Amino acid sequence: MKLTRSALILLGLLGLLLLAAILGPIGSPYDVGELSDNHLLPPSSHHWLGTDLHGRDLLTRLMYGARISLLVGFVGASISLLVGVVYGLIAGYTGGRVDNLMMRFVDVLYALPRIVLVIVLISLFDLKLKAMLDGTLFAPFATHARLLLLFVGLGLVEWLTLARIVRAQVLTIKERPFVLSSRLIGQSTPVILVRQILPQVLPIVITYLTLALPAVILEESFLSFLGLGVQAPLASWGTLLADGASMLNPVETPWWLIVFPAAVLVGCLLLFNLLGDQLRRMGADAGR
Amino acid sequence: MIFRRVLPGWLGLWGLTFLSGCNSGPRADLVICNGAEPQTLDPALVSGQLEGRICAALYEGLTRRDARGKSIPAAAESWSVSPDGKTYTFTLRPGLKWSNGDPVTAADFRYSWLRALDPVSASPYAEILFFIRGAEDFQAGRASAESVEIAAPDDRTLRVRLKNPVPFFPSLISFTTYLPVHRATVEKYGDRWTRPEHWVGNGPYLLKAWQVNDRVSLQKNPRYHSADRVRLNRIDALAVTRASTAFNLYSSGQADVLLDKGLIPSLILPKLRGRPDFHPAPLFATYFYRFNVTRPPFDNPKVRRAFSLAIDKEAVVEKITRGGEPIALSLTPRGVPGYLPPSGPVQDTLTCKALLREAGYPNGEGFPRISILYNKSELNEQIAVELQAQWKRTLGVQVELRNQEWATYLRSLDTLDFDIARSSWVGDYDDPLTFLDCFATGRGNNRTGWSDPSYDNLLAKAQAEPNAAVRLRFLGQAEEILILQAMPILPLYHFVGCLMFDPKKWDGLLPNLLDEHPFSEIGPKGK
Amino acid sequence: MLSFVTRRLLSSIPVVLAVLALCFLLVRIAPGSPFATERALDPRTKAMLEEKFGLSGSLAEQLVRYGGNVLRGDLGDSLKFRGRTVAEIIGQSLPRSLLLGSISFSLALGLGVPLGAWAAAHYGRKTDSFLNSVALLTLSTPTFVLAPVSVLVFAFGLKLLPPAGWGTLSQLVLPAICLAIPFIGVCARLTRGGLLETLGSDFIRTARAKGVTETKLVYLHALRPAVLPLVAYAGPLAANILTGSLVIEEVFAVPGIGQFFVNGVINRDVFLVSGVVLVYCLLLLLFNLIADWLTALLDPRIRAAS
Repeated sequence: MKLTRSALILLGLLGLLLLAAILGPIGSPYDVGELSDNHLLPPSSHHWLGTDLHGRDLLTRLMYGARISLLVGFVGASISLLVGVVYGLIAGYTGGRVDNLMMRFVDVLYALPRIVLVIVLISLFDLKLKAMLDGTLFAPFATHARLLLLFVGLGLVEWLTLARIVRAQVLTIKERPFVLSSRLIGQSTPVILVRQILPQVLPIVITYLTLALPAVILEESFLSFLGLGVQAPLASWGTLLADGASMLNPVETPWWLIVFPAAVLVGCLLLFNLLGDQLRRMGADAGR
Repeated sequence: MIFRRVLPGWLGLWGLTFLSGCNSGPRADLVICNGAEPQTLDPALVSGQLEGRICAALYEGLTRRDARGKSIPAAAESWSVSPDGKTYTFTLRPGLKWSNGDPVTAADFRYSWLRALDPVSASPYAEILFFIRGAEDFQAGRASAESVEIAAPDDRTLRVRLKNPVPFFPSLISFTTYLPVHRATVEKYGDRWTRPEHWVGNGPYLLKAWQVNDRVSLQKNPRYHSADRVRLNRIDALAVTRASTAFNLYSSGQADVLLDKGLIPSLILPKLRGRPDFHPAPLFATYFYRFNVTRPPFDNPKVRRAFSLAIDKEAVVEKITRGGEPIALSLTPRGVPGYLPPSGPVQDTLTCKALLREAGYPNGEGFPRISILYNKSELNEQIAVELQAQWKRTLGVQVELRNQEWATYLRSLDTLDFDIARSSWVGDYDDPLTFLDCFATGRGNNRTGWSDPSYDNLLAKAQAEPNAAVRLRFLGQAEEILILQAMPILPLYHFVGCLMFDPKKWDGLLPNLLDEHPFSEIGPKGK
Repeated sequence: MLSFVTRRLLSSIPVVLAVLALCFLLVRIAPGSPFATERALDPRTKAMLEEKFGLSGSLAEQLVRYGGNVLRGDLGDSLKFRGRTVAEIIGQSLPRSLLLGSISFSLALGLGVPLGAWAAAHYGRKTDSFLNSVALLTLSTPTFVLAPVSVLVFAFGLKLLPPAGWGTLSQLVLPAICLAIPFIGVCARLTRGGLLETLGSDFIRTARAKGVTETKLVYLHALRPAVLPLVAYAGPLAANILTGSLVIEEVFAVPGIGQFFVNGVINRDVFLVSGVVLVYCLLLLLFNLIADWLTALLDPRIRAAS
């Protein structure tokens, strides 16, 4: 695969974004949690993107939010990737009744609105996880328990499509001559799965990752809108945007609290989508 | 080809859904944004204010609240009290009718009150009838309905014997749970009796239609005893959840009145304050934080005191709630005649540090990990963020935030699975007891684990006291224990109710402490 | 054809039952009680309510009881909206969601497909990348931003449309468009992708060699096979769009069914959630069936095979 120029540009932008997320907060003169009396200030030379209700600098919060949103996106998508690929591989390769049963389970989860699943997962494990962490070495991480829940919760609802795609691929690949011959040589199933089949499905999987990532980020923002997103005072782009959107009214709106979070969120999703497009196109070219 | 097959079916489906989905009639005389969808219109089951408002239009109790929030005679034309203050005898107006023409009798009231108490009804508010002798035992399943001392010797006389003298009993019975229901209808249709096609009531308005999440449509009741004084023919109460949506509806003229305090985005409250259609008024309600006194560190009164003294309540109302809310120095808001609530402590950054040091945490060192529990709706999170910052600033203590969705939050409150929790309480009747009784030992609404025999004792003494002034003094002493000494709670501010309507177009709507706005008194200005 | 439909229907029955059971169990094991309110409820009253609504006993008992009721056609009562059956609530709110959703669905297809085709016809040119970016933009904007912003612009800025409410045609416009917008983007992208693939295939090359004009080629010859991926997507899309959306319904005060999916779970109103999930599940199966039938109709290869 050779990278096209636009793919390079997009990857460069992604790098910049990651850089801003990692280094930006360090360079900011404001502390992310520090409340001040300068509440609801419009953008100025002191606060480039204005301040929120508590007088916190929006730019700093957005850069911290980038960490959370990207983390939720990457980890959530990776979990869904892992579960989806493994599930699809097993179902497709085993075939027969096991495959049928496994795919039926996917059907069932498909027909269950995922928001129902996510809310229940989050509220169910919220208490459990805290009880588990309390009194152990990990107690200081209890505040981040919600983040962990989001990873798992979002990852566990996103994997369905991938499982179907991988399974369909495996079904055709496993009849190909090279797989049949490996089997004749007597290679074990795990070896065949990992050595022969996995590389074949990998291109699709990578393309899928670029699609799942924005989906997870968007889903997290909806959960934030419902008040189930990351725990304050941490903030993701989703929570920032949801907080801003809740302030919309026909009398007087602090526009900067909506415009800037929306711009970074939409821009980032756009970036991932375009990147996914490029990868798919390159994959198609390579396949031709 | 394919479109030729699919399209007609699609269009047909459209036509059908359009007919069933859209039901636009002429606009009602008055359109009110009432808050969320009513959970029930059965007065025995109502537990919320927004349902109570509609019930006040559909049913009429022995007394009712007028537009000023004062209790006035309604179905009862007069009553007398025995010298010991424990027996009330009500006389009903002559000729009262249900909306189906049946006469309203004293037996209807007896039936309705016993129904609300009946454990089978599982009324969430049965407690408010416990002032009546025998009521609590019946509700708890320890005694029969006959042992409850409510008697209807004839059609127009209702005699009630109370456990204790309750000077505010006549105003208490205007509360929703005391409203009468039509026995034959309830018994015939069971749970379904409040459907518009079955419903029977005795209030100024009839239930014409009730579409889920859309609206409750009310129509003037011609059989109401003062029908000539009911000013509007048709009223629609819209179910709107989001403040911004309600405000948009009002701003565009699709709704005439915003009736719930939660229906105006708090951000713009300061902007609205100068407008003639904005009518704020203090409410009989308090926003406060609970401390869990059953476990460290808040089992130590010094820590609770330190945390209370560390808070600048002005900052909360100025920056966050923005509606001109008075800061709360006591649990009970001001406004009950004859009762001046004790004045709790104000911010004192020096003392609170000293207290924390005495408790063994100088400058917050060694303080355990604690969190504020809240549900993320309205301003709870913003307030928690502000308080978190204040405690860090004044005490050097790092408090975490813990947001749970509604059902989980309530469960955590009930099981005392929290350190500090946000709460609010709205008074049910205009007496301090409605607030103070929450914190008596073992009450379901205590939710702090706090218990103090001298507090319980003062409440009991107050309730047994026939002299109103002495009674209020006992209650005041109890509140002093709660607010000045033990401090299981930290009152933050008292709510402000915000009505919005154009005073040039409407009258009969007056801001008042109990947030009571009887629909029957609303009408076009000057008519 | 008929046997195909019957087979499909029969095979979906276990799926529907499993979805319903899973949903019921999930909501029941979530912490918190459906009867809890800010005002504490005494344990006796709570027990009485659980008994009354058939929520006492073990989870298995509750599930069996509920399953039995459902099979008898009784979806139970709402726990939050007392005195109302789930069937009644769905009966009142589903038609409104169907109305709104069908308009949005038509918009999504009616605008998405031509836009996608247009982009494909201008593949690699400025129009294409512009349309592509717009499509991506629409599907990246969260509804909870899009809806309130469009209210501010169209209802208060331009004063063209009412900001919220239900009952008149003009009140349908904004929510229908806001509900459709993310899906217009998806439909356009799917159409474009499908078209680009078919335009490269042999039969199009033959047609092109025969001298068929490029416009005719795109809109007449290639479109039919090219919409196949879209048709497969349109099944779940229809089910989603017809069951509404919490945000759209709250912002525009639309009394539809979409809000019960979220609020039902938050209130632990187990029968109501299970009821609306059942509706969703049935719609999904129905539209997947229709999508498969359409695919067979559109694709000569599958038609020949069956």
